[in-house]
Amino acid sequence: MAFLEIDEVHKSYGHHEVLKGVTLNVERHEVVCLIGASGSGKSTLLRCVNALEDIQSGTIRIEGDTVTGAGVDLNALRRDVGIVFQSYNLFPHMSVIDNVMLAPTRVGGISKAEARERGMGLLESVGMSDKAQSYPDMLSGGQQQRVAIVRALAMQPRVMLLDEITAALDPELVGDVLEIVRELAHGGLTMLLATHEMGFAKEVASQVCFLDAGQILERGPAQQIFEDPQEERTQQFLSRVVKSGRL
Amino acid sequence: MTSSLVSEELQPGPAPSPPRPVNGLAGLGLVLGVLATLVMVKAAMMVRDYNHDGTVSTAVGVVLVVVSLYPWYVAFQAFRQGRERARLLADDQLVAARRVAATGREEAFISMGWAAATLIVAMLILFVFANGGGVASTFFNISDIKVSFHAILKAFWTNIWVACVSEVLVLVLGLLVAIVRMLPGRAGAPLRAIAVLYCDVFRAIPAIVVLTLIVFGLPLTGVKFFQSINSVWLGIFALTLTYTSYVSEVYRAGLSSIHPSQSAAARSLGLSYSQTLRTVLVPQAVRRVIPPLLNDFISLQKDTALLSVVGIAEALQVAGLYEAKYFNLSPIAVVAGLFIVITIPQARFVDYLIERDAKRRVGAS
Repeated sequence: MAFLEIDEVHKSYGHHEVLKGVTLNVERHEVVCLIGASGSGKSTLLRCVNALEDIQSGTIRIEGDTVTGAGVDLNALRRDVGIVFQSYNLFPHMSVIDNVMLAPTRVGGISKAEARERGMGLLESVGMSDKAQSYPDMLSGGQQQRVAIVRALAMQPRVMLLDEITAALDPELVGDVLEIVRELAHGGLTMLLATHEMGFAKEVASQVCFLDAGQILERGPAQQIFEDPQEERTQQFLSRVVKSGRL
Repeated sequence: MTSSLVSEELQPGPAPSPPRPVNGLAGLGLVLGVLATLVMVKAAMMVRDYNHDGTVSTAVGVVLVVVSLYPWYVAFQAFRQGRERARLLADDQLVAARRVAATGREEAFISMGWAAATLIVAMLILFVFANGGGVASTFFNISDIKVSFHAILKAFWTNIWVACVSEVLVLVLGLLVAIVRMLPGRAGAPLRAIAVLYCDVFRAIPAIVVLTLIVFGLPLTGVKFFQSINSVWLGIFALTLTYTSYVSEVYRAGLSSIHPSQSAAARSLGLSYSQTLRTVLVPQAVRRVIPPLLNDFISLQKDTALLSVVGIAEALQVAGLYEAKYFNLSPIAVVAGLFIVITIPQARFVDYLIERDAKRRVGAS
């Protein structure tokens, strides 16, 4: 039994079917990268795992417990499943440390002092402790994204979903953020990430899935997908990526 | 690449543009200036006549006329630049001529602006002192103001009290109605419907009608509670009913202007719907709606004058008694003045709040 099991998940917006039966298992401590063109369903799949989107059929299980459909304690699920978004989505009316402390104090039920201490520790480890009192609008994109990662980590999730977290960043800021993700991967955090950073995927992923039009077309170890793709669509996609200088 | 994105033919350079004309604009500024001064002279004479050639009024008149000469001065400056432009152009110094022309045109526009403003002020003075000071004595009769001022000011506290209590109630209830209107799912549907109906109904009925129905009507129902209660409280109730419907719309606009990603981020951290509302959505929405909210509050303050139609002794009601007694509108003008005095500081205060918030979030730490 895999840690995270995504089984035949279908998702549509009205008549437009975005996920057409996606099946994917993520083992504990595994880092799975989703690659594919925009609109292929990467982000939607992540949002479904976090139950930010309803699914029409199929099941998602975490440690054998079904987390989709009626009767699931969504708030409890989301405590276990952290997500970081492409556009950071920090709360602009709160300082950095308040952003980080919000969920641990309100949802995790720990004291303010403890949450602050833990939050400062996490900020320290991503080099953001001196910005704890700043507001998000005063930070660069890379700094905001580092705070967003810390905000999700503060709930000590058992699996992290990263939704193209470097796509909105200036090139020279991407490195800092990826460095943190690399550290998390080496630390053994289970992660499912959608990314356009092929080089990074190659480096950290234990498994790479190529999504095309709402289906996983090809999956396998990073080396196999990038160097010897079997499907024609995967080959086309990768050759376009190479042409744009991203690989 | 055979089909190039860039055209083979180089783009031809434009001919150097000549300096734009100055003298026409300067002339217009001068004409306006002369007109403004003429009207101002007439106005100054009326001020002096009204005050029976008093020294102070004569001095004021002279100052007004002298100030009205400023547009002439600027227009002459513009003419001077015009001559300079012609000289430079004859000398073939194109760039210098363009610069001088630009300065001259700027000055011509300045003279027009000042002349127009002077004209407006002069015409206002003409209006106030028309018919031997008829306007002045109708609206600003000092002796009538002296007699009535104290009583009106005292009654004005009722307006302030009603406005303050209603505003607090509206602030809280408006948010509540807005949140009810946004309740999710089928469970929220019945309450949503009631909230929508309430907003539709009370935004449709004029405030004066709601006031009349409630303040006169509720005691007539014979219900003991309504008969024992002070009619000022009924007035507060009526205004609150009306304004809560407006303000709930303002809140709703604010809440729905927060990007859904904020709510997604909060929910993804495990915050419940109500926690998300309380800690993420409402604080941001309230900051955004402060200016429109204050507009509604200023409206509310002004509408406290409507209490006069249901016989509550507020400022307008009391001023009306004096107006009838002395057959002069100055007491009513006092009421207008009082409303101005309390409103303007609020507008400035909100500007300050907005600025402070913007600075704190975007500016250097």
